[in-house]
Amino acid sequence: MNTVAGYNFAYLDEQTKRMIRRALLKAVAIPGYQVPFGSREMPLPYGWGTGGIQVTASILGRSDVLKVIDQGSDDTTNAVNIRRFFAQTAGVATTDSTGEASIIQTRHRIPEKPLGEHQIMVYQVPLPEPLGRLEPREAVTRKLHALADYGLMHVKLYEDIARYGHIASTYDYPVLVNGRYLMAPSPIPKFDNPKLHMNPALQLFGAGREKRVYAIPPYTRVESLDFEDHPFSVQRWDEPCALCGTADSFLDEVVLDDAGGRMFVCSDSDYCKTRQGAGHTGSQSPIPAEAT
Amino acid sequence: MNAPHIPLLPGFADPVDDAQRIFRAVLAALSRPGMLQAISGLPPAPAPLCAASGAVLLALADYETPVWLQSPSPEACAWLRFHCGAPLVDAPAEAVFAVISQPLALPPLAAFAQGLPEYPDRSATLIVHSAGFGDQGLRLTGPGIQDECRLGIDGLAPDFWRSWQSQQGHAPLGVDLLFVNGDSLLGLPRSTRVDVEGKGE
Repeated sequence: MNTVAGYNFAYLDEQTKRMIRRALLKAVAIPGYQVPFGSREMPLPYGWGTGGIQVTASILGRSDVLKVIDQGSDDTTNAVNIRRFFAQTAGVATTDSTGEASIIQTRHRIPEKPLGEHQIMVYQVPLPEPLGRLEPREAVTRKLHALADYGLMHVKLYEDIARYGHIASTYDYPVLVNGRYLMAPSPIPKFDNPKLHMNPALQLFGAGREKRVYAIPPYTRVESLDFEDHPFSVQRWDEPCALCGTADSFLDEVVLDDAGGRMFVCSDSDYCKTRQGAGHTGSQSPIPAEAT
Repeated sequence: MNAPHIPLLPGFADPVDDAQRIFRAVLAALSRPGMLQAISGLPPAPAPLCAASGAVLLALADYETPVWLQSPSPEACAWLRFHCGAPLVDAPAEAVFAVISQPLALPPLAAFAQGLPEYPDRSATLIVHSAGFGDQGLRLTGPGIQDECRLGIDGLAPDFWRSWQSQQGHAPLGVDLLFVNGDSLLGLPRSTRVDVEGKGE
């Protein structure tokens, strides 16, 4: 794809990149702590991944290979647009393959294929403050983080149990990073929370509207909050993926008709395609055309 | 001084790509403490800076980041002002970046900005000229290290690691260190725990 003229490499000017880079370095040094940064106006609205894009633009180099996913899929509007944005403003190679990517920008999923040490995950974050719904004043949440006083969150989880019999958060499930900072993992399903723990890849989080970046260095302890008698657990499905037959991946429910027909398919499109390419089939796999 | 004109050494040949490359090395160094990162193709920097510490400043310092030099020289100050636009400060506590060219005379770590409990990111990053790196003497554990990492850093004052350990009592406050030697870069973020191993053999 041709790069567009008139922009600096990867869109942002160099001073902005330096400012974000310095924030990212402090974020890595203080795992889970939200570093304020001067978020810039981007050529797309808040809520479309402006934080993730600014982080990606600041770390991206000419030899990087970029993958962008939106809810696990490479083919949805947000993913296609951001991939094209960097192909045009930075001229970098892009890929759908999790294994080939050096930087993976994601909206709300972690790929099923385990990540490697050479990879960097960039998360788009709408609400970086895990205590924000419980305490709206930032002056107070900063103080709570400074004191590592996370009783509010434990009470919220306890009230879930009292009311519903289980912890009702299924996404953006709060985690404790390196035993110190409470962190919002962005709205990834809690299915993906165990992948945050001791991940070999560097994980960076960017919130554009809220002007915060934070990070989980590789091989860092990340615990999902729970109670001894209500241990953390991830979602399970009764049936495997209808296209590739895997029972280990996060599944999306797809409504097929108005008569109650539905199927469950992998949310990670690259994982599902790779498995189908390797010959795995599910209950709804297309019947191969007969050789003519 | 009789020489009003100080000849200026050049900065990065390619400011965009060189700054990105050096930043990624620094990012890798701080996210994988104890793992040496190679940075090559650096422009020469005026003393007391070395090519590596100069490159880190070219990549990361600007008008927002006051710089403190342990032993400032007119050449280095002019070079930093011209290429980075960074203000040079006399007090270590005011610096965002500090260059330690004589680590044996390193001021106490507490003399640098430690950050605030609500804003631990408002702390200094120290770029320390190391005399070399070995493979034993220190045992590193913490975020970014899978199990443990053993290495040695030469040329530091004997009580340096005691001051590092006392800094950890104030976590998450503290300074972050980047050791440079030749083309090598080593990160030591405040989250890394360092144990000094007894001198065996």
